[in-house]
Amino acid sequence: MFGAGGGTSSYREIEETDVILLWGSNARETHPIFFHHLLRGVRNGARLFTIDPRRTTSAQWADRWLGLDVGSDVALSNTIAREIIHEGLHNETFVERATEGFDAYAASVEPFTLAEGERLTGVPAEAIQELAHAYARADRAIVCWTLGITEHHNAVDNVLALINLGLLCGHVGRYGSGLNPLRGQNNVQGGGDMGAIPNKLPGFQDIEGDAEARARFETAWGTQIVPRNGWHLTEMFEGMEHGQLRTLYVIGENPAQSEADATHARRLLEGLDFLVVQDIVATRTAELADVVLPGTASWCEAEGTVTNSERRVQRVRKAIDPPEGARDDTWILAELARRLGHDWGQPTAEEIWDECRSLSPMHRGMSYARLDANRGLQWPCYDEDDPGALFLHGRLWEDPVVGPRAPFSVVEAAPPVEALDDQYPIRLTTGRRLESFNTGAQSNRYRSPLHRGEALELSPEDVARLELSEGEVVLVSSRRGSVEAPVRVDPSLRAGLAFMSFHFPEQVDVNLLTIDATDPKSGTAEFKAAAIRVEKLGREAATA
Amino acid sequence: MDLRLVPHAEPTEAERAALDAVLGPPGSGWGGGPRLAGRDGNTAAGGHQARAQRPLLLPALWALQERIGWISPGGLNEVCRRLTVPPADAYGVASFYALLALEPQPARIVHVCDDVACRCDGADELVAQLEERFGREGEPSEDASATWYRSPCLGRCDTAPAALVSVAGEEPLERAQAPVSAADVLALLAGGDPSSPPSAPLPQAGDASLRLLRRAGVVDPRSLDDYRAEGGYAALRRALELGPEGVLREVKDSKLLGRGGAAFPAGVKWEAVARQPARPHYLVCNADESEPGTFKDRVLMEGDPFSLVEAMTIAAYATGCERGYVYLRGEYPEALHALEHALAEARRRGFLGPDVMGEGFAFDVELRRGAGAYICGEETAIFESIEGRRGEPRNKPPFPVAEGLFGKPTVVNNVETLVNVLDVVLRSGPSFAEVGTDQSTGTKLLCLSGHVERPGTYEVTFGATVRDVLELAGGVRGGRPLQAVLVGGAAGSFLSPDDLDVPLTFEGTRAAGTTLGSGVLLVLDDTVELRRLLMRIAAFFRDESCGQCVPCRVGTVRQEEALARLIAGAPRGGLDRELALIAEVGQCMRDASICGLGQTASSAVESAIGRLGVFGGAA
Repeated sequence: MFGAGGGTSSYREIEETDVILLWGSNARETHPIFFHHLLRGVRNGARLFTIDPRRTTSAQWADRWLGLDVGSDVALSNTIAREIIHEGLHNETFVERATEGFDAYAASVEPFTLAEGERLTGVPAEAIQELAHAYARADRAIVCWTLGITEHHNAVDNVLALINLGLLCGHVGRYGSGLNPLRGQNNVQGGGDMGAIPNKLPGFQDIEGDAEARARFETAWGTQIVPRNGWHLTEMFEGMEHGQLRTLYVIGENPAQSEADATHARRLLEGLDFLVVQDIVATRTAELADVVLPGTASWCEAEGTVTNSERRVQRVRKAIDPPEGARDDTWILAELARRLGHDWGQPTAEEIWDECRSLSPMHRGMSYARLDANRGLQWPCYDEDDPGALFLHGRLWEDPVVGPRAPFSVVEAAPPVEALDDQYPIRLTTGRRLESFNTGAQSNRYRSPLHRGEALELSPEDVARLELSEGEVVLVSSRRGSVEAPVRVDPSLRAGLAFMSFHFPEQVDVNLLTIDATDPKSGTAEFKAAAIRVEKLGREAATA
Repeated sequence: MDLRLVPHAEPTEAERAALDAVLGPPGSGWGGGPRLAGRDGNTAAGGHQARAQRPLLLPALWALQERIGWISPGGLNEVCRRLTVPPADAYGVASFYALLALEPQPARIVHVCDDVACRCDGADELVAQLEERFGREGEPSEDASATWYRSPCLGRCDTAPAALVSVAGEEPLERAQAPVSAADVLALLAGGDPSSPPSAPLPQAGDASLRLLRRAGVVDPRSLDDYRAEGGYAALRRALELGPEGVLREVKDSKLLGRGGAAFPAGVKWEAVARQPARPHYLVCNADESEPGTFKDRVLMEGDPFSLVEAMTIAAYATGCERGYVYLRGEYPEALHALEHALAEARRRGFLGPDVMGEGFAFDVELRRGAGAYICGEETAIFESIEGRRGEPRNKPPFPVAEGLFGKPTVVNNVETLVNVLDVVLRSGPSFAEVGTDQSTGTKLLCLSGHVERPGTYEVTFGATVRDVLELAGGVRGGRPLQAVLVGGAAGSFLSPDDLDVPLTFEGTRAAGTTLGSGVLLVLDDTVELRRLLMRIAAFFRDESCGQCVPCRVGTVRQEEALARLIAGAPRGGLDRELALIAEVGQCMRDASICGLGQTASSAVESAIGRLGVFGGAA
């Protein structure tokens, strides 16, 4: 709704804000660098609220933890909004001047009284009220979120529900106030910025709607850009299912293990006519490939740039040569092009970047020389005199507002697709841990005293009720499959809530359990909410 | 904060109860209580509010220590959970203080003073007898119920030798006993009750000219009415008439200098805090009287506790403090009880609280108990200790008047300094300044101990010489020849019999190359083995150095080693070279230590070498 997809604030703003909502994020473990900035904010006096079903290590830093039921985020947001509106704490000037759709939104949240909110989310009403008042009264407030918001079947609605709160209180477009999805890797932001999303060209230029941009790319590239959105990942798997997608080129992904309902995903990958995998390690997906292209580690074996969560483009410098046989990823792509009949030459990283600058207005001012001199620059940066943008959407505070008004969105509070029942009475939510990274393709290759292997984490209450003990191996089943896993008692969980990560797929393939219900707009699967049951097997885990 | 608690260590019911008594019952399952279904699973409070409880760390550790005699891993876990302090951090704090144990030990402990003053009264023999008849220090009795430890000065030098008994339990017992014989200590170790502590010797009691000691030994220290009948709270009444500015003026005019050792003008300090725009302001009374040979503040607190409470109230009124702390050394259980009672009484009768004397200003005092760390008498180490951290001094600047306790403007005054203020206010500043000398106004409390006929606390007008005071105390015990006088405590220096005409004023002692310090006069006759005394002083500093800065941490060890070699008759590279080394180490500690401990750690040793020629050589 704001156009470009990126966090609105800079890291330094979180150090100087007054209230922080960390929603669906265990940043302490999953975004440790960002969390350092956040802690500096806390030390400077900011009040921290965390909204997460688990009382994570991040939540343990919070002034108030709101342990909502999995998937009740919209209900919670709507309850907060109703409380703010009823108390007259919303920013009337901002709402009137810079937004549209307030009346419909206000009407839509009206049923969400504090009592109703408590019923829908499980969070005590006074905790919701405390958060609502703190957020609305703060001079500055920042909302940060990650996959706890987006790995749901209604991911986009969840995000819109948070944006609504920012609009309601005017907590966007000002220094120290913002809305920030945190990026899980050093260059997730850069991937989107460079057009590795189905509906945008580099620089968030619309493929279908922006004919002028298309023409610019067509001129530069000497080819025709089809004015049609591509497929996102989930649609690709649907395409495989329906026989529309027969050839797949995978670069730096491990979908054979990272996709929800992994049995199904693997079957589809195996059924392809032709699968190419370009990676730095031999992943499970690579094992299924017809051709494997060994690439380079982009953070140390190649030149280029990365873009972090505060939209800062930074240079990466080659430090070491790649191992024998591995090739620079741009070399591979250019060579592939050559063999397919297009001579791109062998451009340097800077030459590729300069081409990007010539086509993406928001990157135009970021020459390598300036990136070096400024220790990176934050987009948008339109020309070489532009210092870059500390925060986005300042235009909303102009009077009259410059450009379109920001719309409120009426969002429905839809529970997870898979309801709990007698057969599958426990809610499994998945996530990540500090010491591991996604499917472990990289992080399981080194030894760490923190690697404890995969386990089913259960609340002390459930462990007692099911007469289990720590380390005992149990059978965990969902409607899609079963895995065996040792039990670990985790007091950060409440009765009826279980947690697993997918860091050790060779050991416990958690994504055999997860559901591939996906958000229709973003294509993200509902990794955060599956229904499971736990059965005793009567044996202990083999000690490693 | 995400805590990494020690695995498999849960507190006992007794430990929980002890913590409940200090911290209140846990607010939720997250704070150590039972997990409440339907609530603790869905919300938790913490953050700033939880971390703000950090200053309760030391009281919580004390609660465990007093209840079960040590701080168990389970108990430590529980403290950390309640206060959201990382266990490694809390362990660091607990291990800083000598009176807190991190290993199991018997419930009954007798600390036996073997410091300089008690040595003049047979502490060495006492310790030797205990070793022979009971066992080495720290060795438990057969039934594991008791043990004993050597202790640095217990502040009972006026009735030496001294011991401190502590018995952990549901109703913990802590009491000093002095003088003690080996038989007394053995009886205590066997489970006997300590006799009631002796009243402090006040040889001048009843002398109408006394100012600071006027009421000590005369009034009932437990009675506020008795205190008021003897003029108590007249000074606060007068202060309220003068107004804060008036009080500041009087204190400045009085030229009152701090009695804690540094001799800083009290009025200047007060005014600096009063003028600070940052709020709140804090008042800290330094009652961590740990300088070996010093006991005058204890005498005031035990004998006339309300005077300190009243004086603190005046100081707070003048400097804009709403909260004060008394930081009392852990080895003073009687003073602790006297002050606790006095504070409660003052609060009950409206002399402390939200509306002091109905005059519309608020002030209250919290009593904090140290736990056996000499360094906590340093004015910034005190802040660290109150804030719940290791008592390591801070770098200065910033000075306490700008950034002290909790980072706020803070007045830190010694007990004696504060009590002087009563007299300043009542008599007026100029009139106070007429007594004493031009630069040292008023009277001074002196702690006489060792080989003196009548040891005790004396109040003398500034200007009296060492000789005058010795005569006042009846001279050297038994008429024996005087060998030396240790002035100012372990951090002070030795005077020889030739120096008896040094006037006991700030300027007089400074001119004589010594210091008045905390007012110690430890008298040593010709029987004392000075070299062994120096070893005790060197060991004291080595033990009490907080270890934070290198010159002191290493220097105090090197000093002790060099002394040991000299005493063993095995100097490395000859006598002159060892003496040069001691001088150089001393200079380094003076120049480069961040606090007074390191800066004075070589003072007594060097004066014994230079002034008394204790090793011959360079005398």
